[in-house]
Amino acid sequence: MSHHLVEARGLTHVYEDGTVALDDVSFRITHGESVAIIGANGAGKSTLLLHLNGHLHPTRGDVRIGETPLTKQTLPAIRRTVGLVFQDPDDQLFMPTVYDDVAFGPRNQGLPEEEVGKRVQEALERVGVWAVRSKPPYRLSGGEKKRVAIAGVLAMAPDILVMDEPTSGLDPHGRRQLIGLLAAFSHTRIFTSHDLDMVLELCPRTIVLLAGAVMADGPTREIFTDDELLSRCMLERPLAMQACPACGKRKL
Amino acid sequence: MSGPSVFAALVEFRQLDLLATQPSAIHRLDARAKVIVTLAFIICVMSFGRYAVAPLLPFFAFPVLVAGWARLPSRLLLRKIAMVIPVALLIALPNPFFDRETLLRVGGIGISGGWISLVSILLRALLAAAAAIVLVAVTGFPAICGALERLGMPRTLAVQLLFLYRYLAVLGEEALRMTTARELRGGGRPLSIRLYGVLIGRLLMRTWDRAERIYLAMCARGFVGDFNSGQRSVFGLREGVYVVGWCGFFLLLRTQDVAYRVGQAFLGLLP
Repeated sequence: MSHHLVEARGLTHVYEDGTVALDDVSFRITHGESVAIIGANGAGKSTLLLHLNGHLHPTRGDVRIGETPLTKQTLPAIRRTVGLVFQDPDDQLFMPTVYDDVAFGPRNQGLPEEEVGKRVQEALERVGVWAVRSKPPYRLSGGEKKRVAIAGVLAMAPDILVMDEPTSGLDPHGRRQLIGLLAAFSHTRIFTSHDLDMVLELCPRTIVLLAGAVMADGPTREIFTDDELLSRCMLERPLAMQACPACGKRKL
Repeated sequence: MSGPSVFAALVEFRQLDLLATQPSAIHRLDARAKVIVTLAFIICVMSFGRYAVAPLLPFFAFPVLVAGWARLPSRLLLRKIAMVIPVALLIALPNPFFDRETLLRVGGIGISGGWISLVSILLRALLAAAAAIVLVAVTGFPAICGALERLGMPRTLAVQLLFLYRYLAVLGEEALRMTTARELRGGGRPLSIRLYGVLIGRLLMRTWDRAERIYLAMCARGFVGDFNSGQRSVFGLREGVYVVGWCGFFLLLRTQDVAYRVGQAFLGLLP
């Protein structure tokens, strides 16, 4: 049995006002896969992510993590397995110092302080921001905040990393470093993003959502060459797969 | 404009938490000792009669000594403490109008009871604010909530208190953003009452949304309503001495008019 498995079966979510945010979504993501969930604004990406961690409950269908169905009883275990990094790090970082913030998760897991310290140091060193550990999070740059937010989740040692728009709001350098960092992880990874070039680099597999339904699920490169599909889903090829504006040549 | 500066001060309030990470001897004390002493201080100060002014003055020794001992930056603290002055004045301002009986004559000018009680209220507000702010600066708000819980406050209430503190900063940030956006396009015109209402409503909705996202993020990291500040400190001899020492000092100031005696002794020294 693998804990690293994520499966949605007939997942449907209807918000209270009647909006159908997810419509019969099914997929199975296996151990160590890196998968992108893409789609236009309002396609249901964030709603889907919030189901993977039990923040939202499906109207119909179910979610399984490993072989465990997501229920109220299994929620604490599932949240240990699935680490969710939010889009805006300011929503996530709230303790007075970086160190305390990263320690928040492990302390909630009831780990002894020694182990907490080890986990915090490992996580902060992994993302390269151990040096700012005693700073308050709101004094950090956008890129550092993102790294600390990721460290906060890494410190809980999840098997599955789920990230909402990891590269949004980062400068090119910060974005490049983050992509390098994420590529080095061996977790099962699920990203939502509008940064299709990042998707191309990080995710061999892509799931395309439109109005809450799965339009395509397959190898990223195939999906990004299906211009009809992309335009129907209000997307376009990543820049790396478009013709060069200066010489008209394609890089990929 | 006063609006943004008040919100900026709210945001700035987080600096106090940062001060709480310093390594002074007072910082290292168990949070419960500091909470108990501060509560005792505030109760003591509040228990004086309505016209008490001089007996209150020696109480300033407590926040001043603790702040000095913990090497807190005095300017920052004074700015924070001064924030209570408008609130205290608002409460005390009617007093001079209702209480006109002359209680004191200084150089032929009669001072009414209302003015004396106004000064008394102001002093008490400053003392209480100073004690509370120094407490946050040497302890940190999360640790204070943890201490209150360990002292017997229901956990739910202590967690609510922590959230309130966290969301206050969030509210300040949102308000700051909104006032900036308005000022940029407001052409320097003052805000109409109607627009004020709209802004406050929007602020509430935005804060609500954000608070919810923060709560989600906390749950995602295993938050189930418990405090886990890491340092599970013990209430030892140092803490005992700290509590007994300060409480004894407060009791002395409460029962003996120290200001008066010092004044008398000083006069006695004069030829």
